[in-house]
Amino acid sequence: MTVLQEGRRQLSEGKRAERRLGWLLCAPAAVVMVAVTGWPIIYSVWLSLQRYDLRFPAEREFIGLSNYAAVLSNGFWWNAFGVTMLITVVSVAVEFVLGFALALVMHRTLVGRGLVRTSALIPYGIVTVVAAFSWRYAWTPGTGYLANLVTPDGAPLTERASALGIIIVAEIWKTTPFMALLLMAGLALVPEDLLKAAAVDGAGAWQRFRSVMLPVMKPAILVALLFRTLDAFRIFDNIFVLTAGANETSSVSMLTYNNLIKGLNLGIGSTLSVLIFIAVAIIAFIFVRLFGTAAPGSAEEGRR
Amino acid sequence: MADIVLDKVSKKFPDGTIAASDVDLEVGDGEFVILVGPSGCGKSTTLNMIAGLEDISSGDLYIGGERMNDKAPKDRDIAMVFQSYALYPNMTVRENMSFPLRLAKLDKATVAQKVDEAARVLELEQLLDRKPANLSGGQRQRVAMGRAIVRSPKAYLMDEPLSNLDAKLRVQMRTQVSRLQKQLGTTTVYVTHDQTEAMTLGDRVVVMRQGRVQQVGPPQELYDSPANLFVAGFIGSPAMNFVHARLTDGQLSSVLGDVSLSGSLRRALAASDAPADLILGIRPEHFEDAGLVDEAHLGTGARFEGQADVVESMGSDKYVYLPLAAERASTAELDELAADAGATDLPASGAQLVTRLSAESPATEGAQVRVWFNPEKIHLFDPETGRNLTLAR
Ligand SMILES: Nc1ncnc2c1ncn2[C@@H]1O[C@H](COP(=O)(O)OP(=O)(O)OP(=O)(O)O)[C@@H](O)[C@H]1O
Ligand SMILES: [Mg+2]
Repeated sequence: MTVLQEGRRQLSEGKRAERRLGWLLCAPAAVVMVAVTGWPIIYSVWLSLQRYDLRFPAEREFIGLSNYAAVLSNGFWWNAFGVTMLITVVSVAVEFVLGFALALVMHRTLVGRGLVRTSALIPYGIVTVVAAFSWRYAWTPGTGYLANLVTPDGAPLTERASALGIIIVAEIWKTTPFMALLLMAGLALVPEDLLKAAAVDGAGAWQRFRSVMLPVMKPAILVALLFRTLDAFRIFDNIFVLTAGANETSSVSMLTYNNLIKGLNLGIGSTLSVLIFIAVAIIAFIFVRLFGTAAPGSAEEGRR
Repeated sequence: MADIVLDKVSKKFPDGTIAASDVDLEVGDGEFVILVGPSGCGKSTTLNMIAGLEDISSGDLYIGGERMNDKAPKDRDIAMVFQSYALYPNMTVRENMSFPLRLAKLDKATVAQKVDEAARVLELEQLLDRKPANLSGGQRQRVAMGRAIVRSPKAYLMDEPLSNLDAKLRVQMRTQVSRLQKQLGTTTVYVTHDQTEAMTLGDRVVVMRQGRVQQVGPPQELYDSPANLFVAGFIGSPAMNFVHARLTDGQLSSVLGDVSLSGSLRRALAASDAPADLILGIRPEHFEDAGLVDEAHLGTGARFEGQADVVESMGSDKYVYLPLAAERASTAELDELAADAGATDLPASGAQLVTRLSAESPATEGAQVRVWFNPEKIHLFDPETGRNLTLAR
């Protein structure tokens, strides 16, 4: 009995030493990472607690959470937040459906596979700003081909609803290939035998998709949706080029830019950045919760 | 339950590969038929065409008398078991087994009853709420079988269902599969690589090569009278010995010595107008230590002497390997068989005679061994066509 306990203690002793060595070995990398990512976050939180407008540097003082109160009770923030959410939800939903269809096509095509994949990825390869400009010119009244074709006597980019629609379309056009690429990686995870088994078990195409393909692809879907949602939530360049935030089409990032860089208000700007950071964290948390054990790095995944 | 008929069924893939050509096969109602052949000979493709997982390029497929060429897999009412088991990882054992029943829209009580029944037969009751990831290989295999039998389909198609199990478990499952099939009496087509499975499980065995059916028959018939060189070399383990031989006036000369052929063999050869150069095939088990054969028989047979390379004592009998002063017999069929057995990877060491002698044989490694064989047991093949010329004996 005592011998046994002795042995166990020795074992845990050795384990502990090993763990300590592990910590020591990762410490340098961890420290650098914390310094690089942690410091700006802490600094912006610090800034957000101050009144700090570069136009009036003399008035700098610590004011606690007043900036947050000011922002959260302001219509601009909530409007921008609403716009951002709308763009995020609609574009990610449409991208998911289109991306999945594209992924299936790319996965199944036997002839000209390389050509199909390359051409599908072209939109993603174009710099967003360049793409955004081409959308803007296309919708410019008088000269743009889309404007002439669809709205010969209007200026769609100057009206809120149509401008938002155009922003969303530009966003979808641009990032659907990325979604498709991530989902295609997931499709490759579905064993061919599984689909064959489902087919002989009596499942039609839709049932195979729903009962076999989707569950197996869950981790890949989670990654794709998470990436795209977080990306879409921080949308900036498309809006900057297409409307510059006019007619209440600002996203939260656009609003932050206007306050921080254009308005030179470091206090309010930092507050907005911190709020975006919190929103992004909440979105990530919800996703991981929603998908439960399928999330990468969760217990069940780790065991395999 | 139903019979399965393949009438000149062929499969040509878009890239031009012909995986099956003019496959004719009739599987009777309740029959257990085994498909064997070397890797890539089209076994899985044939099975997939029966299941409807691959389109049939030409020919007709009938299940239960009904033409099935254009029916979707789900409308064919067949169940399939895969080498990889293909269990749905997100579903529990119970959900896996009930999946086909739920798709068939059976009511809950019937589904539960059928699943419980199948689980009882396969001893899976304790595992019904586990996920496949938490099962052993043998348990997964049983779940895969369970998913097939719950439905009472017209036929079972099994593609190397036991290949991923370790040797001992494979033997256990083999008897279980055999028992299950007899119990249920359902038509079964079973693909395997394994000699023992092929010989023991099926009512009939189909040997395939390069997409073509070589011979169909009961295992013993394939073993006793192989239609050609390929079947002769494929069926039986260790494989039949092949050497080049020359026929002159009823005398057959080869590295095994000169043998005078019996009347029936001569007549068979004459009837099939055999060429002078032949390939002689003889199975290891048709040899015996010359010292153990009584005088009366010794005279009727042929003898061969050599220095034993390797002696493997199996307890019940002894495998003795003797070097032959000749190249390994080579034809297209034999080369393909050698490649399938991995023999081409070995350093070229000339031909070897594999003999299976009684355990009482005193043969030891390095010693001279005299073996005896009965010329009545030999097979002679046409090296050009591979045809067995001694079938008519
Ligand atoms: N989708 C496909 N496209 C082109 N050729 C294929 C395809 N599937 C199989 N083949 C070819 O068809 C031939 C037969 O394949 P099949 O899978 O039926 O062999 P098999 O007898 O089952 O072999 P194994 O014992 O290794 O499983 C092979 O030459 C293979 O390369
Ligand atoms: Mg196969």
